[in-house]
Amino acid sequence: MNTLDIINNWVKKDSKVLDLGCGGGEILVELGSAKNIKAMGVEIDSEKINICIANGINVIEQNIDEGLHNFSDHSFDVVIMSQTIQVLKDPKKALEEITRIGSDCIVTIPNFGHWKTRLYLLLTGRMPVTSSLPDNWHDTPNIHLCTLKDFELLCLESTISINGKIGFNSSGNSNIFTRIFPNLLCASAIYKISK
Amino acid sequence: MNKGIGIVEEKSISLQGSLLLESGQTLNNIELVYETYGELNSDASNAILICHALSGNHHAAGVYQDEKERPGWWDALIGPGKAINTDKYFVVCPNNIGGCHGSTGPSSLNAETNEIYGPDFPVITVKDWVNSQAKLADQLNIKIWHAVIGGSLGGMQALKWSQMFPDRISKAGVIAAAPKLSAQNIAFNEVARQAIITDPDFQAGNYLKAGTSPKRGLRLARMVGHITYLSEEAMRTKFGRELKEGKLNFGFEVEFEVESYLRHQGDVFSESFDANTYLLMTKLLDYFDPADEFNGDLVKAFEPIKAKIMVISFTSDWRFSPERSKEIVNALLAAEKETTYLEIKSAHGHDSFLFAEERYAKGLSAFLDN
Repeated sequence: MNTLDIINNWVKKDSKVLDLGCGGGEILVELGSAKNIKAMGVEIDSEKINICIANGINVIEQNIDEGLHNFSDHSFDVVIMSQTIQVLKDPKKALEEITRIGSDCIVTIPNFGHWKTRLYLLLTGRMPVTSSLPDNWHDTPNIHLCTLKDFELLCLESTISINGKIGFNSSGNSNIFTRIFPNLLCASAIYKISK
Repeated sequence: MNKGIGIVEEKSISLQGSLLLESGQTLNNIELVYETYGELNSDASNAILICHALSGNHHAAGVYQDEKERPGWWDALIGPGKAINTDKYFVVCPNNIGGCHGSTGPSSLNAETNEIYGPDFPVITVKDWVNSQAKLADQLNIKIWHAVIGGSLGGMQALKWSQMFPDRISKAGVIAAAPKLSAQNIAFNEVARQAIITDPDFQAGNYLKAGTSPKRGLRLARMVGHITYLSEEAMRTKFGRELKEGKLNFGFEVEFEVESYLRHQGDVFSESFDANTYLLMTKLLDYFDPADEFNGDLVKAFEPIKAKIMVISFTSDWRFSPERSKEIVNALLAAEKETTYLEIKSAHGHDSFLFAEERYAKGLSAFLDN
């Protein structure tokens, strides 16, 4: 199962779904056909916004870092934030905001605690560049990378409950090992959270 | 570069029945001039209504036989293969009532009194315009507009359409608009009106009867308007502080390029536009407030909307800034309407909506097609 399959499993039919950092609307298009959702995307990249529009997805051009105050409390059944939280200025605030807006939230993050990044740093003494984190330290959009443990601690501190968690190794698979040692063996993970 | 529409001709239609205006007055014998581009398909499902702005008219695209050097005001976006693609869509653009380009307005003859309306032409509102456009749609056998689109005051009409006739419009393009005018916007309109009204040749609006023409007032009104249409950056790039003769003349004749430009714009406008129409249109703009029947609650006002709405703003527009467009977007979001919002980087100020900036044109065309 890949991320999209899991999101598909976690989203109920006919839900109202907000995808923050929705890219070209790929997830929303998929959920639209599979789950008949009412979709809304938020994106800042102009090229991706035009792809959304061409995909028939309603999209708002907005910088998430400037706030999400225009979305009211519990106005969506599900808020998705896929591979986005690490590029934001204030991830804690973002978590609070998405759990305010959505009854359920689905968040995917890259795991900086993955053994490959740990080993890279240990052996080369340089900031890790891996398949899931391909950018150099000076030109990466990822300004707030964390490990799965860090993320879960932040949720705990913010009294956000984690209702689901699936980790993937660098081949994108989930298995018994990624379940036992997620913070070491997962390159990324998907969480279902709520407040 | 796509080829344009080519030669177009204006059409004219007598609206059936009378129009009960928001002011309580009734307007009879309404003539609308309009243009159409493209072909209406067999089930009349490809029609797009274009709404013009304050000083606009029905000549939105193409050229007239005897005026080939001057294409319509939205020719950059309307045409075969353009953002509003006339190979696909049947595009209709009327001159609104109260106008001065052929539709019934202050310079028309009032059939009941056999006199020119002049200042007695009733004050009209965006709601009245939408009602008149709905009558036009009826008579053209268009039950549902695929889209209603406009910039500035035109965008306000598109928004009003979605609110007033939710079942007759599938999409609305609300471009460079605002949910209502700010005090500053109204102030600029008032300066323009005062320029006209205080022109001795205005003759309390009866200049046609008096055989005068309040050109000086209209010219000033247009000059003020033009300043608000351009961004500071656009003015700086276009004119800077360039001197027409390359030196200071220590007098009050035209010296800076920008003065020359404004005077020219004012001159052209004062030759071609009607003063009473300008007063009416600025008033109509001041009155526009889709929430006025809902105690100012824009979210409630938007509740009936069924159309997909695209709101577009331009970064350098200070007349109706992106912040104003966001007010519309946020109310639409709160009302849980299908909304798309684009903020286009452009240096042309409020006039940006007239230019086919690539991202803007692409976004609009994708919205119409999908």
